[in-house]
Amino acid sequence: MSDDTAAVIVKSPKGFTDHKVGHHFQTADQEFSSAYIGTWLFLAQEVLFFSALFVAYAMFRNLYPEVFAYGSSVLDWKLGAVNTLVLLFSSFTMAMGIRSVQTNKMKAAFIFLSFTFICGLIFMTVKYFEYAHKIAEGTLPYDFFNSEISLETFSNVAGIENLPLFYGLYFVFTGIHGIHVLIGMGLIMWMIVKVRRKTLFAGYYTPVEMIGLYWHLVDVVWIFLFPLLYLV
Amino acid sequence: MKIQESLALAEEEVNYLSPGKHQGIWVFLKTWALTVDHKRIGIMYFIAVIISFFVGGSFALLIRLELLSPAQILYTAAQYNAVFSAHGIIMIFLFIVPSIPATIGNFVLPLHIGAKDVAFPRLNLASLYLYLIGGGIASVAMILGRVDTGWTFYLPYAITSETAVLFVGVGLFIAGFSSILTGLNFMVTIHKLRAPGMTWMKMPLMVWALYSTSIIQVLATPVIAITLLLLLAEKLLGVGIFSADLGGDPVLFEHFFWFYSHPVVYVMILPAMGIMSELITTFSQRNIFGYKFVAFSSLAIALISFLVWGHHLFVSGQSAYVNILFSFLTFLVGIPSAVKLFNWTATLYKGSIRWRSPFLWAFAFMVFFAIGGLTGIILGLLPLDIHLHDTYYIVAHFHYTMVGGTVVAFIGGIHFWWPKMFGKLYSEFMAHIAFWIFFVGFNLSFLPQFVAGSKGMPRRYYTYLEEFTIYHQLSTFGSWLIALSIIMMFSYFVASLMNGEKAPMNPWGGKTLEWTAVKSPPDEHNFERVPVITHGPYNYESEEENLAKQNRQKNRGAS
Repeated sequence: MSDDTAAVIVKSPKGFTDHKVGHHFQTADQEFSSAYIGTWLFLAQEVLFFSALFVAYAMFRNLYPEVFAYGSSVLDWKLGAVNTLVLLFSSFTMAMGIRSVQTNKMKAAFIFLSFTFICGLIFMTVKYFEYAHKIAEGTLPYDFFNSEISLETFSNVAGIENLPLFYGLYFVFTGIHGIHVLIGMGLIMWMIVKVRRKTLFAGYYTPVEMIGLYWHLVDVVWIFLFPLLYLV
Repeated sequence: MKIQESLALAEEEVNYLSPGKHQGIWVFLKTWALTVDHKRIGIMYFIAVIISFFVGGSFALLIRLELLSPAQILYTAAQYNAVFSAHGIIMIFLFIVPSIPATIGNFVLPLHIGAKDVAFPRLNLASLYLYLIGGGIASVAMILGRVDTGWTFYLPYAITSETAVLFVGVGLFIAGFSSILTGLNFMVTIHKLRAPGMTWMKMPLMVWALYSTSIIQVLATPVIAITLLLLLAEKLLGVGIFSADLGGDPVLFEHFFWFYSHPVVYVMILPAMGIMSELITTFSQRNIFGYKFVAFSSLAIALISFLVWGHHLFVSGQSAYVNILFSFLTFLVGIPSAVKLFNWTATLYKGSIRWRSPFLWAFAFMVFFAIGGLTGIILGLLPLDIHLHDTYYIVAHFHYTMVGGTVVAFIGGIHFWWPKMFGKLYSEFMAHIAFWIFFVGFNLSFLPQFVAGSKGMPRRYYTYLEEFTIYHQLSTFGSWLIALSIIMMFSYFVASLMNGEKAPMNPWGGKTLEWTAVKSPPDEHNFERVPVITHGPYNYESEEENLAKQNRQKNRGAS
């Protein structure tokens, strides 16, 4: 009983809090690689979660190519591009933040993670303006679509009566992605607190690494969304 | 080993059930509510799942009662719709999906691979709460607002139906994450927490089955999650992708729905097959015939399960070529399933079979699953399916696989691991009687439905033509027998908890770790020291051979 149940402790540098490995793990490495596999499985789950939306997108774009071309020409590609750059940059700062934790540079870690958080904030702000614009114009899914927009003026666009469907897809797609960004921001905030409290260090950086993986996935999803929605 | 056992018997019992036992009801409940012990979480799932089973089962009895005569007995057509919808939704999402993996799987998996717990114990507890919250929302919505769409939520009716589809959708969305996270947890556990020497080829077959189940849970469940979300968005915003009048396509919903819901029937049956491998080997005292075939057939089923969903859409206007492809892929699933059935019978061959209560259920599984599986192949035939689609033939087929397969294996597994879970034995005599009542009742319930279905009795109707009366009446009588047997089981299990005989460490002569290295009931940390594995999970033969060798030596000495 005595030997096996004693917890494994990862010793930390001075001023940091030691990490106690879970009671059911034999080594710290086993704990880390479990979290690693678990996170990748979670990301696989996320990919499948988004996949249905991509299938729906592919199907309806194939059915109504002109509607999608028109719909995307109305979206402001500049705002989309800004958001793409912001997220790409945030992925870089996230990676640097993890690197800083791994090398015990807590000040740098704090700065990089804060930048990542701010990037998320900028992304959501831009999204807010995009949404507000669409709500004002009434270019929304069917139930809220501004019926005063006379689709007959676009009678040269085939199937234009299905335009609300494009906006439906746009809002579901970007909405679910936006929720993921918000969750990511919350997690990053939690990491910033952990960095401040010095519970993460070179010997134990599991949570920040895993949240980094999640953040990159959110980024990758947007990299697919941007051309599909804004540039076609 | 013997000395340890007797010592353990002598001293005051301390096991995973003890913490908080003598400290008042609130402390006791708190230790359960905040536990991260996989065994306690398994037990809590067990209680929740059994409640779901009783609720869903009551709805089944109500359905059968209405169908006792073609006339309207209890409800109007609309009420009947709500009753069979509630039966389906509760039984599938809240009972069968979590039944084996979350209860027996949670309890047994770490014991099988020699681990102290699952990889993420707190996530495990969170999964339980997600299940309880999601299940709670869905159940309350069904009771207060009723749902009459059937468990499939097909559009456009799910949009136009005035009932509580919205809240049931939210509940199932939440409960779905419980399933995803349990699967994820099990996969990581199997990858990372196996005891020293426990190679992949030395794992009990239950673990292989749970691994295959988990693959499906992690990769298929998110698709139903997003589908339900899209359904809600469709209802709230009019997104349009599933609504034909808005330019969308309701068949797309059917594709998405079955992309999850077909694989998920293997989430139901695969762990049942895992239990079967344990029961068959233990009660015939034989090594499994063709370990690798049984193990990899689980993976094969998991893989093919993702490629057959289209056979639910044979009459939904799918292209004929796609139909042929899905029909072919459906036949393909039959191969690994048959491999298992053949290997189990081959295992039994020349085994010393003991007809103890858990084995009875294994026997029933083989009978029922053969019928359920083969009728599945028949349904995969395109021309026949067009005739049999949406008839009682389908109802009978999936009850033979899900009840005759999963529920029977689940009950068998409960009989098998009950002494390990609670350290108590139950009445073997009563268990035999309950089994035979179930066996007769089940066949009486569902065999007539094959006949009625093939004669054209459509499913989901509260009334029927006079000529079907006899089949429906037999079916209803059978349902009463099933109910009787379930009530008997419930009572002898409760009696066992109250004053059952104390169970020894290994009441069935099993060879896997939970029988050979873990007390009944187990300690909080399962193993006294980390077990080191040197042989396969079912090395019954080696002992036989040893005996034979000793006998030979004895004979040689005599002559």
